Amino acid sequence: MKQYAYYPGCSLESLGKSYHVSTLAVASALGVELKEIEDWNCCGATAYFPVDELLAYTLTARNLAKAEKTGLDFVAPCSACYKNAYFTNSYIQKDPDLADHINYALEADNLHIAGTSKVRHLIEVFINDVGFDEIKNKVTNPLKGLRIAPYYGCQILRPRKDHEDVENPQYFEGLLSTLGAEPIDYASKARCCGGSLIITNRKAALDMVRILLQDAINHNADVIATTCPMCDVNLEVYQAQVNREFGTQYAIPVMYFTQLMGLAFGILPGHLGIAKRQVSGASMLALAQNTK
Amino acid sequence: MSERIGVYICHCGTNIAGIVNVADVSKWAGERLADKGVVISRDYKFMCSSLGQELIQKDIKEQKLTRVVVAACSPHLHERTFRNACKGAGLNPYLCELVSIREQDSWVHTDKVAATAKAKAIVSGGVARVIHHEALEPLRVPIHPATLVVGGGIAGIQAALEIADAGFRVYLVEREPSIGGHMAQFDKTFPTLDCSACILTPKMVDVGNHPNITLLTWSEVQKVDGYVGNFAVTIKKKPRYIKTEDCTGCGICWEKCPKKVIDNVFEAGMGNRKAVYVPFPQAVPKYPVIDDVNCTYYLKGTCKACEKFCPTNAIDFNQKAEEITVEVGNIILATGYDLFDARRIPQYGYGKLANVYTNLEFERLCNAAGPTGGNIVLRDGKTTPKTVGIVHCVGSRDKNYNAYCSAICCMQSLKFAHLVRERTGAEVYNFYIDIRTPSKGYEEFYQRLLEEGTRFVRGKVAEVTNVARVPEEEGKLIIQVEDTLIGKQRRIPVDMVVLSSGMQARHDSKEVAKLFGISCSADAWYIERHPKLDPVATMTEGVYIAGCAQGPKDIPASVVQGAAAAARILGKIQQKEIALEPVRATINQDQCSGCRICNNLCPFNAILFHEDKMVSEVNPALCQGCGTCVAACPAGAISGTGFSNEQILSQIDGLLLLNISNAAVPIEQ
Repeated sequence: MKQYAYYPGCSLESLGKSYHVSTLAVASALGVELKEIEDWNCCGATAYFPVDELLAYTLTARNLAKAEKTGLDFVAPCSACYKNAYFTNSYIQKDPDLADHINYALEADNLHIAGTSKVRHLIEVFINDVGFDEIKNKVTNPLKGLRIAPYYGCQILRPRKDHEDVENPQYFEGLLSTLGAEPIDYASKARCCGGSLIITNRKAALDMVRILLQDAINHNADVIATTCPMCDVNLEVYQAQVNREFGTQYAIPVMYFTQLMGLAFGILPGHLGIAKRQVSGASMLALAQNTK
Repeated sequence: MSERIGVYICHCGTNIAGIVNVADVSKWAGERLADKGVVISRDYKFMCSSLGQELIQKDIKEQKLTRVVVAACSPHLHERTFRNACKGAGLNPYLCELVSIREQDSWVHTDKVAATAKAKAIVSGGVARVIHHEALEPLRVPIHPATLVVGGGIAGIQAALEIADAGFRVYLVEREPSIGGHMAQFDKTFPTLDCSACILTPKMVDVGNHPNITLLTWSEVQKVDGYVGNFAVTIKKKPRYIKTEDCTGCGICWEKCPKKVIDNVFEAGMGNRKAVYVPFPQAVPKYPVIDDVNCTYYLKGTCKACEKFCPTNAIDFNQKAEEITVEVGNIILATGYDLFDARRIPQYGYGKLANVYTNLEFERLCNAAGPTGGNIVLRDGKTTPKTVGIVHCVGSRDKNYNAYCSAICCMQSLKFAHLVRERTGAEVYNFYIDIRTPSKGYEEFYQRLLEEGTRFVRGKVAEVTNVARVPEEEGKLIIQVEDTLIGKQRRIPVDMVVLSSGMQARHDSKEVAKLFGISCSADAWYIERHPKLDPVATMTEGVYIAGCAQGPKDIPASVVQGAAAAARILGKIQQKEIALEPVRATINQDQCSGCRICNNLCPFNAILFHEDKMVSEVNPALCQGCGTCVAACPAGAISGTGFSNEQILSQIDGLLLLNISNAAVPIEQ
């Protein structure tokens, strides 16, 4: 059984609860053991880094140090957590001075970090470690005829990590095809959803969401698949506000990729947190279940 | 008998003397290396000047020197100078050793004390080495007067004509059915805007008719044997399926051929040709080629329409590939460039968004002989664009793709802007990083474009998209760019986008370089012997390069290089024979175990293997004396004149200042 140090992050305890539930369900179906890091803390999100970089790195480093102790890869399902952990870890590797400062602080908690753990995003673990063949073996309910817009968002790709292609990646499409669905090819798949801009400039943020939704709808998507709780909230929860602001009538379901995997594996929607969605995915669910 | 050695330390103005205490090095060598045989040690402002050379010559005669060590610049620059100076004074030139205290010392250090110490070590190494030098005589080989030119673009055409006009035989090999290269595809040439075909085709016709040129189109070089002056080149003539002795080039075959094929080569995918075709009307030679991948007869076994209608029975479906071998003394590689594949930058939309064009597609689009008869229209074939965006530096000056500047894109983009405005009156935006117009008449052309009202936006385009944000963008291509002159992000809706894709080395340039025994840069361009002073020769004697195969350049520069390579070769032919450097490897056949490790390592294909005796042998005319095989031979069976074990080990001892009298006295730090 493959084991990982699992870092759910704050979002998955509240708004992104359904991501958490579906992640665990799918991981267990695939024989992946996600061992939640004990007593983890917030990664600093987007808010803390501009305030005090060193403290923000230290915050994330605490989680990483705990993972490092276990010798397992650090896995985050949230793109923002993933990005923060990825860069904190690589800076610790490359900058001994920064590592010294951080380790000085971590001493208080009897922790030490060398930056030796690999930092991974959940989707990449499923795709690279489990693999399309293994995933395909678990598909009992192929999502035939379902047109899915794979929405990468930005933080999973940018700033450039070790991914070769940040402009036109293809792995999400590959995963959706493996589930039997039809991934759509649309230009906005790696565009920013607005992140936390909604707090500071509501209208500009809603316009960013509108552009993404419109592009997916222009390509006849039945559902948008996400890899990040922040993207998910922006695309789904703010649809009503976008409609009010711009006079549009969007009602497109948005789902975590883990929920779609779960459906394809024949896991009951109730065990995937699907009832917790804001926009009804009933039509899409019906479609998915019809193919059973 | 112990040697009498003279040591000469060059100041190179302040190049060396600014960092190295040359007087101290000279004094040190004279004293400390005396028991090695140094009888005289001098320093001088410019050793390479005639006064400096005379100084050495005078010492050779008066002091009866048997060895000379010059500490100056790299041997690449002045080894020949000092060898000739020694020769002039009656000393065998190979008894002179040039050690570098400029490139390897003064230019790369700032610490004067340490640099002076290092210069002493380098001089000491040279002295220890030169003792073991032997008097060598250069090998003289005859030069075959014929020349092989590979590549029939403008550079190859120019080279072939220059040599042929001088009265010598040229074999011109081209892998496409016609010569002409990229230049034949272009519409106008910058900055004069004269028609590309009009200035090129007379030269093509001259090549076709020249009594001294053997034109081998639809052919490729398979194998190169021999060495400078005496190459034997095997050329594969691909089957044309046309008996050229009977064909009149009347064109009935391609008129009657029912099979249309998208022409991805000459028309850059913008137009069609038939399965039997000449790439363009002015093709040289005039004979067509049957494309056996797409021809209905080869696919289904029936058709033969061309054969039925050919008035001279020139079609031969059974023709086979043919191999011929030609003997030549020199070779010019003018194999040209490939266009950067714009699909590699997905955010620019090429291949996805219909109205995004590459520069080569656009050349065909505005060419009067092209698929639209020169009408600049969108992919639908009828709509004239009202706004056109031209993106510079696509794949060039970009660390993600090619770091270098492709040299032609600025001028080509300006030319496009002019043609679009002239023919459609459309609004044109040029998106540039920097405008580079450094040749004669180029800057004036740029000024003209500015006055014509073309819009220039300084900034690297982030993306080309059809995802509209505001109603005015609907149905348009939107260019997102940071305008760095006003410091703002802009979105500019246009109807057509032209990507000025950069130049890349030919996809197979590394294999071709290996075939001819020359080297490529990291970007796969062929490497010249010297970037400034010997731009068309290579490190392999007898192999020259010209045109874009050497690096991105425009038509005038390609013509210059073609002519330059020809001039170099004509000089060699006139001499009738060539003296080869005697610095080369030899294999002791008694010690050779026949393992063949050296065979594949040799970059010049100079080592042959005797199957009967199971031993390897170095061809002395091909060997360039690099020493790779000497180092690699597990049996120690290979030694090199000029780099024997004795010479190398002594030089190392010398560098380490071992066995030097009073070695206990430390060098002043």
